[in-house]
Amino acid sequence: MAGIEVTALHKRYPDGTVAVEHVDLSIADGELFVMLGPSGCGKTTTLRAVAGLERQTTGDIRIGETLVNDLPPAERDIAMVFQFYALYPHLRTRDNLAFPLRAEGLPKREVQERVDEAARLMRLAPLLNRRPRQLSGGEQQRVALARALVRRPRAFLMDEPLTNLDAELRADMRTEIKHLQGELGTTMVYVTHDQVEAMSLGHRIAILNKGRVEQVGTPLEVYDRPASLFCAAFIGSPPMNLIEVEVADGKLRGQGGLALAPPPGLPRDRRLVAGVRPEALEVAEPGADSSVPARVVSAEWLGDEIIYVVDHGGARDVRVRMPATVRFDTDARVGLRHTGRAPAVYDVRTEELVA
Amino acid sequence: MAVSARRGRSALEIVLLTVLAVVMLFPVLWMIETSLKENRDVYAVPAKFLDFKITLDHYRDVFVSSGGGRSTLSTSFLNSVIVAGVSTVLATVLGVPAAWAYSRFALKAKKDQLFFILSTRFMPPVVVVIPIFLMYRQVGLIDSALGLILIYTAFNVPFTIWMMKGFVDEVPAEYEDAAMLDGYTRLQAFRKFTLPLLVPGIAATAVFALIFSWNEFVFAIFLTSSDDVRTAPPAIAGLIGGTTVDWGLVAASSVVFALPVLVFAYLVRKHLVAGVTLGAVRR
Repeated sequence: MAGIEVTALHKRYPDGTVAVEHVDLSIADGELFVMLGPSGCGKTTTLRAVAGLERQTTGDIRIGETLVNDLPPAERDIAMVFQFYALYPHLRTRDNLAFPLRAEGLPKREVQERVDEAARLMRLAPLLNRRPRQLSGGEQQRVALARALVRRPRAFLMDEPLTNLDAELRADMRTEIKHLQGELGTTMVYVTHDQVEAMSLGHRIAILNKGRVEQVGTPLEVYDRPASLFCAAFIGSPPMNLIEVEVADGKLRGQGGLALAPPPGLPRDRRLVAGVRPEALEVAEPGADSSVPARVVSAEWLGDEIIYVVDHGGARDVRVRMPATVRFDTDARVGLRHTGRAPAVYDVRTEELVA
Repeated sequence: MAVSARRGRSALEIVLLTVLAVVMLFPVLWMIETSLKENRDVYAVPAKFLDFKITLDHYRDVFVSSGGGRSTLSTSFLNSVIVAGVSTVLATVLGVPAAWAYSRFALKAKKDQLFFILSTRFMPPVVVVIPIFLMYRQVGLIDSALGLILIYTAFNVPFTIWMMKGFVDEVPAEYEDAAMLDGYTRLQAFRKFTLPLLVPGIAATAVFALIFSWNEFVFAIFLTSSDDVRTAPPAIAGLIGGTTVDWGLVAASSVVFALPVLVFAYLVRKHLVAGVTLGAVRR
């Protein structure tokens, strides 16, 4: 087992596309580290560079103490799971599992033992004699995971492994992967574009955008204080309300008069935007304490909660998350107020967190 | 009402298809008949459809010359086999790895390169026959099997690259990635995992390349002159044009000429169908 150190990674393809602008990552030994970002943000390229499937243009990659820049994938002692499973179609499950071990030249008995162990861990015993095309998507992905396990690698690299599964199965597999990683204690780098997956799996999350790391942090840090406007808009469903604010008489005031608690250390003379989570706002009876008059534009009933879209005279309508018991009709006159702690505040020009 | 309308249409379809089949197949049938007739029956007026004596003399004449020994036609057939076979193998050996590379790697100006490769097929090959002739004369490739092999390979490589790229695109690159993580080099990964999955596509592509090389006439007649080098299409055409034309021999050699491609396509028909429908399969 080993940590992974990525320093000043830059990848430019011969056709001129820059997939990774500049990425520094420090992944601890035994960590489940998630790289999250929209498609084209460079997360997969970074992962493939760590695997050795792509050669970075500049920058260093260390696995454990070893500088692996010039090592072929097989010598990096890592295992990778792909979105399309990549099980060898002509081999039975048993042989798919044994394949990397035989390629390594392990003695027969050890191959057998390790295959049995991986099959037990992933509950594959009934599937051992089937070929990939006789397996469902979920079963194929379990075989792919088992194939990564048998190698006992220093790190697992996961490239959107659950994207092709249906929603229910995806949730199950998520739990399974998290459990497995905890059990084995092996470093895992997990790439996804699904924020729910990232939040529920990761010890830490790196948010990538346009080939750069926007933020690295625990799921809570990333959720509570997104480091940039991009992160603020990317994490959370619905995402943060971005409200242009001014500092006035010790409060942050948005257009329409909405007052927010000011965070300490606000810079002066800059245009600011506050990122307010939908659950940090409240829809109340009109005229309620410290509320501004507003109107319900629409309501999304999700069963356990309701997402209200509210017009309070600001530049943009805001979204408010309320318990399902608080019910207002569309077009109802209401009061809107801020209930949470001081919001994250961003500089409009640099788009970065300032307080 | 609806049913009768459908019947009417299907009857019309049958009639049309029958007419089409007759129009398409009659020349073939007549060629086969002529190849089996004695010379006086070939010229008989009115033409004899069924009541003629079958002879295999013309087929013997295709392979054996009048003095005994090998006929010049049989040499031409052998030349055709060599030229078409070697150029198809060359085009495949060059084109398949190229297609793989174009499919898998990010290359500088990839689209432009592919367009350039395709553009060599925009014009009919006949257009360049004179420049090619002059160039070949300079380098001494006129009237040589090598010259024909090179030009046919040159025409088939772009076709092979484009057709095979489609097939390679269909094979997930993850197989190779996984194999590379398992300890294979990139080339080994291609050979062991991607190549076997490409066999139907290669078969389909090679058949088309082979048919092109086998049937090619214009370059063969311009670039070759001696009986030793000449391929079958110009050799058969050369049978016509003397004071008398031995139609029986022309027909027999045409039948012999058409057979190999038919047999070959029949042998790989499973791959051909798989190859043509490969794109329809969701991975």
